Amino acid sequence: MNEIHLNRARDPAFIKETEERSGQDIGTCYQCGNCTAGCPAAFVYDRQVNQIMRGVQLGLKDQVLSSVSLWYCLSCSMCTLRCPNNIDVAGVMETLRHMAREQGYITAPKMEKFWMSFLDTVRAFGRTYEVGTMALYMMRSLRLGTDLDLAPAALKLRKLPFIPHAATAATGRIIERYMKRAEKEGKRK
Amino acid sequence: MKYSYFPGCSQEGSALDYGKSTGAVCAALGITLRDIPTWSCCGSTPAHAVDEELSAALCARNLDIAAKDGADMVVTPCPSCLSNLRAALYRMRDDHFRERVNELLDEPASEKLPDATSVMQLIGRLHDAEDIGKRVVKPLKGIKIAPYYGCLMSRPAKIMEFGDPENPVLMETILAACGAEIIDFPLKTVCCGAASGIPERSLTALNSGRILALATDMGADVIAVACPLCQMNLDLRQKQAAKAMNRLFDMPVMYFTQLMGLAMNIAPENLGIEQLCVSPRAVLAKFAANNGGGK
Repeated sequence: MNEIHLNRARDPAFIKETEERSGQDIGTCYQCGNCTAGCPAAFVYDRQVNQIMRGVQLGLKDQVLSSVSLWYCLSCSMCTLRCPNNIDVAGVMETLRHMAREQGYITAPKMEKFWMSFLDTVRAFGRTYEVGTMALYMMRSLRLGTDLDLAPAALKLRKLPFIPHAATAATGRIIERYMKRAEKEGKRK
Repeated sequence: MKYSYFPGCSQEGSALDYGKSTGAVCAALGITLRDIPTWSCCGSTPAHAVDEELSAALCARNLDIAAKDGADMVVTPCPSCLSNLRAALYRMRDDHFRERVNELLDEPASEKLPDATSVMQLIGRLHDAEDIGKRVVKPLKGIKIAPYYGCLMSRPAKIMEFGDPENPVLMETILAACGAEIIDFPLKTVCCGAASGIPERSLTALNSGRILALATDMGADVIAVACPLCQMNLDLRQKQAAKAMNRLFDMPVMYFTQLMGLAMNIAPENLGIEQLCVSPRAVLAKFAANNGGGK
């Protein structure tokens, strides 16, 4: 168990930013645990969703933003649906993930590497390119054997085209502009 | 009402069969699907996981082209694309958000953008159960279907507006009209593990495993799906799920459009049936036996 000095750890600006950016009144969470009970990713979380919500209420920025749970959340919104106080819990998780990323708390780098590999192919071709995403992800993560067990079946079913569909350069320009703006605003690209 | 079609990237790869069967069923129902010219990726999970403004911009580009093309409505078969398109429309009602999105585009998006809906809802809107029933040539009699929507089609409820967010019934209505026996499937909107199959396999293996196990235990012949990612997790990754659950599965996972197509007497090769990983031979055998033995 970690020891937390609530009088020193509390960061009111963190509570305010989370509430403003998610548009949610997190103070209304009364720890019923419905969100955690229905969460399909709970078994890989280090802190459960209700604990994350409590962490935000207490302003424990470090503990919340360093949680791997933010990265493993599947955005399935079961928590949001089942919250008796109508908090968009999945929306709060997404806001926290954005904040964690912007501030350099990358506690599950393989998730971010996968997302960035995917976006790189969209940037280059305008559309998703599965083989390219996999290749980039393997290079970034050095997990060279990822999902190779699926390749024979996918190839046999003709579901894994090797030639990317070059659809448009417009998405490349959108992602470039996004990266430039993020850099200017001091966020992680 | 003028519809524009947003196929989604998976239709050019892992969900070729969904594309084929959607096209064939819509053509048979007299629904014309015209692609949004030069459509591009909606950003999928990675874009919104990184930033919702980026996600909205990637969607807004497509919505804007559809608007300029005169569309009132964008239709997509993929729940993940739909969720991103609808989230973009929902968030762009806010002026500040819209401005931030416009900054990322080549030119600001049209003031009035078309709404977005799913192929399933479009079919349901244009053809009620009675009407679909009239078009059934070979009923799916005796075939037990576990309907599985996945999590994105109906949630978040305020954005998706797809009936009851935990218990939607549109797929059941359509497949029952095709003569199938529908199982009341409790996991129908519980997440399959989504896009985490590559970076964190345990998430897809265990969640998809639970769905496959319950469908098997409830006596389903087939799981019917509407989402390319759910289909891949349940079908192509079925062996990984079996390993996680420490049991064997032999559960075909078919798109609802493939099942509709069979009932409407569309040839299996036009429905991409041969591109399923787990063979639906038992389903096809039952189907043939109940329709006079022949194909």
